[in-house]
Amino acid sequence: MKNTKHFGGIIKKSALAIIATAVVLTASIAQAEIKPAVVYDTAGKNDKSFNEAVFNGITKFMNDTGIAVTELEPTNEAMMEQSLKKFAQRGYSPVVAVGFTMANAVAAAAAEYPDTQFTIIDGVVDAPNVQNVVFKEHEGSFLVGVMAAMASSTGTVGFVGGMDIPLISRFECGYKQGVAHQDSSMNVLAQMTGSTPAAWGNPSKGGEITRNQVENGADVVFAAAGGTGMGVYQTAADMGVLAIGVDSNQNYIQPGTMLTSMYKKVGLAAYQSFEAAMNGTWSAGFTVNGVAEDGVGAAMDEYNADLVSAEMMASVEAARAGIVDGSIVVHDYMSDNTCPL
Amino acid sequence: MSDFFLTAVLTLDASVRVCVPLIFAAMAGLFAERSGVVDIGLEGKLLMSAFVAASAASVFGSPWLGLIAGMFASTVLAMIHGFASITYKGNQIVSGVAINILASGLTMILTLAWFKRGGITPTLQGDERFLSITLPGVDIIDHIPFLGVIYRELISGHNILVYLAFAIVPVVWWVVFRTRFGLQLRAVGENPKAVDTAGLSVEGLRYKALLIGGILCGIGGAYLSTAYNAQFTKEMTAGGGFIALAALIFGKWHPYRVLAACFLFAFLQALAIRLQGVIIPGIGEIPVQLIDATPYILTIILLAGFIGKAVPPKASAQPYIKEL
Repeated sequence: MKNTKHFGGIIKKSALAIIATAVVLTASIAQAEIKPAVVYDTAGKNDKSFNEAVFNGITKFMNDTGIAVTELEPTNEAMMEQSLKKFAQRGYSPVVAVGFTMANAVAAAAAEYPDTQFTIIDGVVDAPNVQNVVFKEHEGSFLVGVMAAMASSTGTVGFVGGMDIPLISRFECGYKQGVAHQDSSMNVLAQMTGSTPAAWGNPSKGGEITRNQVENGADVVFAAAGGTGMGVYQTAADMGVLAIGVDSNQNYIQPGTMLTSMYKKVGLAAYQSFEAAMNGTWSAGFTVNGVAEDGVGAAMDEYNADLVSAEMMASVEAARAGIVDGSIVVHDYMSDNTCPL
Repeated sequence: MSDFFLTAVLTLDASVRVCVPLIFAAMAGLFAERSGVVDIGLEGKLLMSAFVAASAASVFGSPWLGLIAGMFASTVLAMIHGFASITYKGNQIVSGVAINILASGLTMILTLAWFKRGGITPTLQGDERFLSITLPGVDIIDHIPFLGVIYRELISGHNILVYLAFAIVPVVWWVVFRTRFGLQLRAVGENPKAVDTAGLSVEGLRYKALLIGGILCGIGGAYLSTAYNAQFTKEMTAGGGFIALAALIFGKWHPYRVLAACFLFAFLQALAIRLQGVIIPGIGEIPVQLIDATPYILTIILLAGFIGKAVPPKASAQPYIKEL
């Protein structure tokens, strides 16, 4: 009997201790502790492109703040939704999803876990707990269009799109405007690879389209076509013309024939999303990164230094300044699905 | 006129490049199906071989080693198909689909794990890939109108695997229709029981057919990643194996007709690229999607019996079970 009483006392004491610990823990969470996670797309974090840029942004965040970010690389599309939901279920927030292919998965996970903060990079999900980080691709494409027009000696440049969707038409339209801004007499040959997702991974067809454009006079070809672009860059190198990369700095892929790349600073976007969550300023809705925010632009490095003249740099810089101060307005194809050219 | 002529020649030239993997895959399928094994796994074998060839060529610095490795990888998949559907008499379609899924997943995972470049292998530089060959006499024939353009653009300037693809078709015809093995192969696809009664091994013949198919598919895959392109990228076959299968049916399992079907389908693809956005007077803009879908539409029309009749080998898709 005495023993039981004593035992009951222990339970009471430990219960108190547990409650106290819980209170302390909750308090510390409310201050600044966040539990961020990221889900890459199927290309994985070492893709030397889009995902790797996010990975670099996250690594910088971890080094700067000491907060661990949990990462996951899904190997197929079915895994995306599961992994987002799993993170939300385990209390991770914000959960960053990389790439527009994740949009459906994010929409499903956000509806199921309304208290979790989701951030989708380069995609659009209309939900009260989703932050959409989008880029003004038309502005970046405008800048590389200016460079293409200056680098061309034939008066004709090319554009190879991946799947025929409005997002890719936005690249095309911005590029055309940039070319025309520099030289209105220039001719732009623009083609799409296909109308199914297979159009993102068909380098053979990308190569054939490029060859056709080169045979019709193009000497600079801009590819916004995912894996299909590899065939574009290769064919451009084989045929001795210039190519322009996309999404991240791809100049290294074919050194000497890559004029530049239209980069999107996705790493910075991921960093800023976590930082905002940490400071309590994270908000759902749209975060738009254009030329003014240095979210998009034309990549310069040691691989294309010999191809870009000082005049080109000056023109690009002038165009950039024009876009920032509003004297140049680049039409966004996705605003009305037309290209005024 | 000469502009139009040049465009026509360049379109045919593009068709030649596009149809090479189709020819190899369709000839591989021809051997398999003539022996009574349906080979829906052509796509998977092409993909696996493309990946292995690009990886080996990159690691060893030689396209020839890449080619051999690609042929080996494709043959391994063909043997798995044989093991499941010949030795264990499983459903050939299911086994073929499994090969496609296996290749799709495995190439992706291995590329990510080995090269860490997001689903692509390193770019093959210089002579790490099959380069185009300029045939002798281009300079001399170039002066002859029309013929010069045809020789320079259409006939010369391809890589060795392109010439091999066109050379292999008559060889396939000769093997299938003029040799003892070919006779046995056709017999085992039509009436395996008769072959068995004659004292020949049905299983052995079917394995041989799949072995040849594996090797041919391997060359097709290696062409994609080490000759036509300079690296492997995710799902780079883009349905080529299925178009080859359609060409096989459209060509009624006959080498020359299959070649014609491959070339027709490749020509449609090359044409689709050139017709994109072009407005034809009186008709307007031709929807490219329609041209892309034409190979499949034509095959369906053929199967429905509107253009002649496609009769597959009689024992096709039936595992042979010996009566005791």
